[in-house]
Amino acid sequence: MPASSATGVSQRVTGGEVRDRVGDSPSRPDGVQKVRGEFAFSSDLWMDAMLWGKTLRSPHVAARIRAIDPSPALAIPGVRAVLTASDVPGRPTFGLEDPDQPVFADDVVRYHGEPVAAVAADHPETARAAALAIAVDYEPIAPLVDPEEALTAPPIHPEGNLFRHVAIRHGDPHAHGDVVVEGTYEVGMQDQAFLGLESGLAVPAEDGGVDLYVATQWLHVDRDQIAASLGLPADRVRLYLSGVGGAFGGREDVSLQIHLCMLALRTGRPVKMVYSRDESFFGHVHRHPARMWYRHHATRDGDLVKVEARIVLDGGAYLSSSRAVISNAACFAPGPYRVPNAVIDGYAVRTNNPPCGAMRGFGAVQACFGHEAQMDKLAVALSMDPVDLRLRNALERFDRLVTGQVLTGAVPVREVIRAAAAHPLPAPLGPDDPMLARPGGAGATADAAHVRRGVGFAVSVKNVAYSEGFDDYATARLRIEAGLDLDAAPVATVTVATAEVGQGFVTLAQQIVREELGVTRVVLAPANTVDVGSAGSSSASRQTWMSGGALQRACAVVRRELITRAAEMWECPVACCRFENGMVVRVDTVTDVGDDAEGVHVSVGELLAHGHVETEEEYHHAPTKALDAMGQGDAHLSFMFAAHRAVVDLDPDLGLVRVVQIATGQDVGRALHPVQVIGQIEGGVAQGVGLAVMEEIVVSEGRVRNPSFTDYLLPTVLDMPEVVATLVEEPEPGAPYGAKGVGEPPAISSGPAVMAAIRNATGLSLTRVPVHPEDIARSTGS
Amino acid sequence: MPADVPADVPERADAALGVGVVVSDRYELDVNGTMREVDGAWLGETLLFVLRERLGLSGAKNACEQGECGSCSVLLDGVVVCACLVLAVDAVGSRIETVEGLTASGEVADIQRAFVESGAVQCGFCTPGFVVAVHDVLRRRPAAGDLEVREALSGNLCRCTGYGRILEAVRRVQQWRASGARE
Repeated sequence: MPASSATGVSQRVTGGEVRDRVGDSPSRPDGVQKVRGEFAFSSDLWMDAMLWGKTLRSPHVAARIRAIDPSPALAIPGVRAVLTASDVPGRPTFGLEDPDQPVFADDVVRYHGEPVAAVAADHPETARAAALAIAVDYEPIAPLVDPEEALTAPPIHPEGNLFRHVAIRHGDPHAHGDVVVEGTYEVGMQDQAFLGLESGLAVPAEDGGVDLYVATQWLHVDRDQIAASLGLPADRVRLYLSGVGGAFGGREDVSLQIHLCMLALRTGRPVKMVYSRDESFFGHVHRHPARMWYRHHATRDGDLVKVEARIVLDGGAYLSSSRAVISNAACFAPGPYRVPNAVIDGYAVRTNNPPCGAMRGFGAVQACFGHEAQMDKLAVALSMDPVDLRLRNALERFDRLVTGQVLTGAVPVREVIRAAAAHPLPAPLGPDDPMLARPGGAGATADAAHVRRGVGFAVSVKNVAYSEGFDDYATARLRIEAGLDLDAAPVATVTVATAEVGQGFVTLAQQIVREELGVTRVVLAPANTVDVGSAGSSSASRQTWMSGGALQRACAVVRRELITRAAEMWECPVACCRFENGMVVRVDTVTDVGDDAEGVHVSVGELLAHGHVETEEEYHHAPTKALDAMGQGDAHLSFMFAAHRAVVDLDPDLGLVRVVQIATGQDVGRALHPVQVIGQIEGGVAQGVGLAVMEEIVVSEGRVRNPSFTDYLLPTVLDMPEVVATLVEEPEPGAPYGAKGVGEPPAISSGPAVMAAIRNATGLSLTRVPVHPEDIARSTGS
Repeated sequence: MPADVPADVPERADAALGVGVVVSDRYELDVNGTMREVDGAWLGETLLFVLRERLGLSGAKNACEQGECGSCSVLLDGVVVCACLVLAVDAVGSRIETVEGLTASGEVADIQRAFVESGAVQCGFCTPGFVVAVHDVLRRRPAAGDLEVREALSGNLCRCTGYGRILEAVRRVQQWRASGARE
């Protein structure tokens, strides 16, 4: 079978016999199980005598709870437990950054769908009916739903309504440009909409603890939060990663974990819980809706002079990761451009809207809709080509961000812009093209003669890994031993707690060990909190760098041990031995020995004959600093850049948009698995396009109006444009293999490029995303 | 026993529904060519629930429960249906084929291989449903063009891949089958 794919990526066979190393594109090790339907996702778990859990959620946006009477539920045969706030054995609250969210609402509910109680029963339908039978006496109160009002309104939580204000003052705050453009922009609430619903199985253990099998992004931090609320030592709460059906940030916070463990401990039986899709919309945090005001100043020649911005993110009822999200939104408010002067204020506030937190792009997405709309506005004001304006102001190595941080890594902003612009434009829509190729598709509504084409451009920047002084690290355990088969070929076993959420770290882990040790057989042990230390979160595009770095380090330790063994065998200094292609070579004797290969090298397998080698290594990335009161500081480890060009066809009378093509150039550092990188790009583009033209959790007066896949629209394969991608490979200094993260950038500037293309086709300003057909038709309709 | 468990808990979990639902006596389903007995189930259970939770066939996935995502696609008398929209008792007398059955028969081996080799699998949650849907369209229209394939697969949502590698996998299968290089 040919090894190349449509992307022009081919498998590389590197020196010697070990294939599928770093830079190749081997098949993922869990792929066969997944295509056969045999891979165990967290909703596929099952145990004898298992109960089913169900959460009761508040039907009110804000209310006082006067009383809860579980007795009607307990009277239903088959109901085994009903738990409320008074049953939480340990800390009554949880939270990713600060525990400000009740495990169950106690005296007050602060958002529509907040958990109030949980039930365990013999059958899921019984559990559902029992949850509804719990009598809760609510006294509704007027909700706080306007994020601007939150800044001055009476606090709705003991910790107040302001999660964080990030003020950035850079250069001369009074600087003024010859040309000034101003605008306000809004971004709606996007959902991660991973397909695998929140689910897990909790099993009470003999030691009084609990074993939880669950889909999550960060096992160890879940464990710590669960243990605190259960009032148990951390080692009695053991988490095991089960199959994760996508994440995209939505599994970074605790959802059902604590409830499930409480039910298992109370009933003494295994309890399984699987959210329904509508419950999932209430059960995890979303992308922050944003309101943004921008004013850009430039010289007549088109050099940016100053960026002013005020960004308000609605964090909803509880903190989650809002502080870090607003830090990103403020820091990247100007985009990937050289901006000598900046006055930026970012606010993340508490309201009675659904809690918001991590989603792919994490603050950079919202800002990008603002800064890229502004760059287009500026281009018009300057009568400049929008791509030229971006090239002119593009950041370069050793430039400063508005936080004062000097960019010391790879900064190929111009390269990604040129790469995106260099792709040929798609052919125009012809009168004979099938209906499916027109806006509206199978609806057969668009008249080809009315269809207008638009082209738009957008560029983005985002940080890799955790920032602002967080001690971000990952752990990897590596064991290598002689295999049990006849040739005793060595087997390497990798144990990491890295959450495989689909991104393909499992593939990369095998590639790294093959690259470093020349060992073909690489086994991945299950991820859990028992056998290995924390990997950190599978988020922030960080696991290739972090868990990859930890594994690379573990390989180096193993290599040193093998070299030591060889040196002892040869009774020579360690310095005379080198690791090459899966063997240790004695370098000082090569010329003397000539043809006699016996004395000059020894295979890894032979060195393992007298025992295995095992090590556990941590990798901490270079320290970063918190932003100071002026928003200054070296807050970030590294930066990723991407450019997107969108082509759309739209019917201005009907407001229907078809995204025809996304061309992109992406700064990846180095592509360690080119096919998986392409997969991240195409998948991220789908989410960016979705946010631009269809995806929004509609919240009115705090109530979620569309918690289903019928009403929350996701791009289907018919909505998805052709994606043409160029990987810009400029190795990042200090990064393992020179690789930056790749997961988030495709989801950042793809949406803004689509918006630019729609503006280009319609001439409308369109300041809110997602754009709806009526936004276009109402304004352009004749 | 915890204090809040009612004293009169019936022995059989299924009889314990107690919420006005009707428990079936017994019925049989023809699943992947084998008659499978379902005993004491609630009549309101979907085919998806019975396959997954009573018959141990978890290849069909639960993602939206309203026929929007295709993750639970199975063949019912040869027609692709969302198992979440079919009551299990309504499937009595029909021939049910799941991804497990298609895998065992080898009918979809090339599709599965193409998915793995093309990078069409990320989290993999939608994958079994896509395998069933691709099998269906290529059986009906072996040489289907891009838009036709897209239309046929538009009832299956994928949140990870953006569909690019899935379409690539379909093209590969079409090439293999056209050249007779099935395996």
